[in-house]
Amino acid sequence: MKNRQSRLLALPFAFWSALFILVPLVMIFYYGLTTKTGQFTLDNFTAITQPEHIKALGLAILLSAVSTVICLVLAYPLAMILSKLGANQSALIVLIFILPMWMNFLLRTLAWQTLLEKTGVINSILRFLHLPALNIINTPQAIILGMVYNFLPFMVLPIYNALMKLDKDVIHAARDLGANSVQTFMKVIFPLTLPGVISGITMVFIPALTTFVISNLLGGSKILLIGNVIEQEFTQTNNWHLGSGLSLILMLFIILNMVLSAVFDRNGEGGMMG
Amino acid sequence: MSNKLIDLVNITKSYDNLVVLDDLNLYIRENEFLTLLGPSGCGKTTTLRLIGGFEQPDSGKILFDGDDITQLPPNQRQLNTVFQKYALFTHMTIAENIAFGLKLKGKSKSYIDDKIKYALKLVNLNGYENRMPDSLSGGQQQRIAIARAIVNEPKILLLDEPLGALDLKLRQDMQYELIRLKNELGITFVYVTHDQEEALTMSDTIVVMNQGYIQQVGTPEDIYNEPQNAFVADFIGDSNLIDAVMLEDRLVSFFDAKWPCVDEGFGNHVPVDVVIRPEDVVLCKPEEGIISGQVTHVIFKGVHYEMEVMAGGFEWLVHSTVMHPVGEPVGIFVDPFNIQIMHKPESEDEEVAYIEE
Repeated sequence: MKNRQSRLLALPFAFWSALFILVPLVMIFYYGLTTKTGQFTLDNFTAITQPEHIKALGLAILLSAVSTVICLVLAYPLAMILSKLGANQSALIVLIFILPMWMNFLLRTLAWQTLLEKTGVINSILRFLHLPALNIINTPQAIILGMVYNFLPFMVLPIYNALMKLDKDVIHAARDLGANSVQTFMKVIFPLTLPGVISGITMVFIPALTTFVISNLLGGSKILLIGNVIEQEFTQTNNWHLGSGLSLILMLFIILNMVLSAVFDRNGEGGMMG
Repeated sequence: MSNKLIDLVNITKSYDNLVVLDDLNLYIRENEFLTLLGPSGCGKTTTLRLIGGFEQPDSGKILFDGDDITQLPPNQRQLNTVFQKYALFTHMTIAENIAFGLKLKGKSKSYIDDKIKYALKLVNLNGYENRMPDSLSGGQQQRIAIARAIVNEPKILLLDEPLGALDLKLRQDMQYELIRLKNELGITFVYVTHDQEEALTMSDTIVVMNQGYIQQVGTPEDIYNEPQNAFVADFIGDSNLIDAVMLEDRLVSFFDAKWPCVDEGFGNHVPVDVVIRPEDVVLCKPEEGIISGQVTHVIFKGVHYEMEVMAGGFEWLVHSTVMHPVGEPVGIFVDPFNIQIMHKPESEDEEVAYIEE
């Protein structure tokens, strides 16, 4: 009886999932597999091979990969510093870190637009100091900056958690057995925090791959990522069928990324499964 | 007397203004099984971590074979540590765990393989090379941790409450195992525990610590039979701790009776603490004892009976193989040799014994 009651409690969520996840997914599949006249087709999938779509997908993968690497390089040392601080200090710094996230994502990105513009805040300061102007607005670099800025906390937090869970005596043991601090990091600390790194990569790479807001605002209309292409199919060209087809292709890449993460994670955990 | 392998000189250590060790002096001889024993917060683990190099003292020196190693990082010290919660590398196989230190030293593959075999045999875990640490029980993991440490042939093995996480039966088995290992390897063991029985069973030398001070250093027999102060007497084993007055050499007075003893040199009419172990209290007929009283409790403990006797306004703890029923009037007699006299501490802080052998 108790089991049945707890199942009842799950009903609202099940209803929610069905209505807002399952139904839209089915609709996307339907649109993706049909033409405007309702006939079955695979053209919406094969459309990814068109040069402009391939280029948008390739650029999206490149930019999100670069952003992910930059996030990792920035986040790991930061997480290490945080994990070494006392509880009070690190709580404060984590708070400062996630404070911008309390602000709307769109607003934050718009702020960067204002900062980076040719006549924006940064260039005004540079001009005042008689330094050369910074012309990165509407370039891939600006998009990477936007991605790193927006998604960095998602890299820091899982790595910080993994480091906090690490038994300090394991690090002591490595030192005790003759490892210097670099060897200790390479052979013990990094491998043991790999699950945190992997989830950080997933949490940065996937939203970066699918974003269209950052590229819209910071890349101008010239640089199209796959997210922008899909957005345009839905909002401008009104071709929901092509948009859905491309979305499903993109979803394939996301699933691929998650499978890879799971495989790596298992290796990182060692023989937990074996 | 073999030479001092480790010498701690005037070590002071505090955390956030809390003094953990205050001017500690201690040496450890070669090939000794030395146990740091005390309640939690007494500074025993800090002492071990200072020797291991995971902490630096605020002041004082640590000498290893005569060389100052105070500032040396752990990886450059010729000693290895076995941690309380094993601290195995969970992402490596057992063989990789054991090989960790040897690989860093650049030993050949055949040497490492031989060492792994030897170490696993030594800890009775043959054939576990390719298992992962998480698939082993706590006791097995602790043995791997020991194997991982000893393959590096350290001069000293530091053990930080290694049996603390194991259940009673396993703990007793591991105690014998550790004594055997110590004898086979012929190296120095420095062992930290709060378990007095463990300390008495395994050690050559016990260092009893409390509140950052060494209370007594001695063999297990010394510590048990001749505790230097009330703390040691109370901490090690069961005891009857009694306020007394030393009347003159070889005569002490408590509970309005005069008791012959063997201690001298305390002076005349000086307040002292007396400790009498429960197994040293002899129950006899009321008229034959130095004082008399009545049995109030009896519990059967297996080897002996544990009895409480009310005599002289004091509840005596008595261990005897002969049972006296509750309510029986009994006399109490103690062999002079079994009455241990101790100086009273003048203050809390002075519950410190400076012992130099």
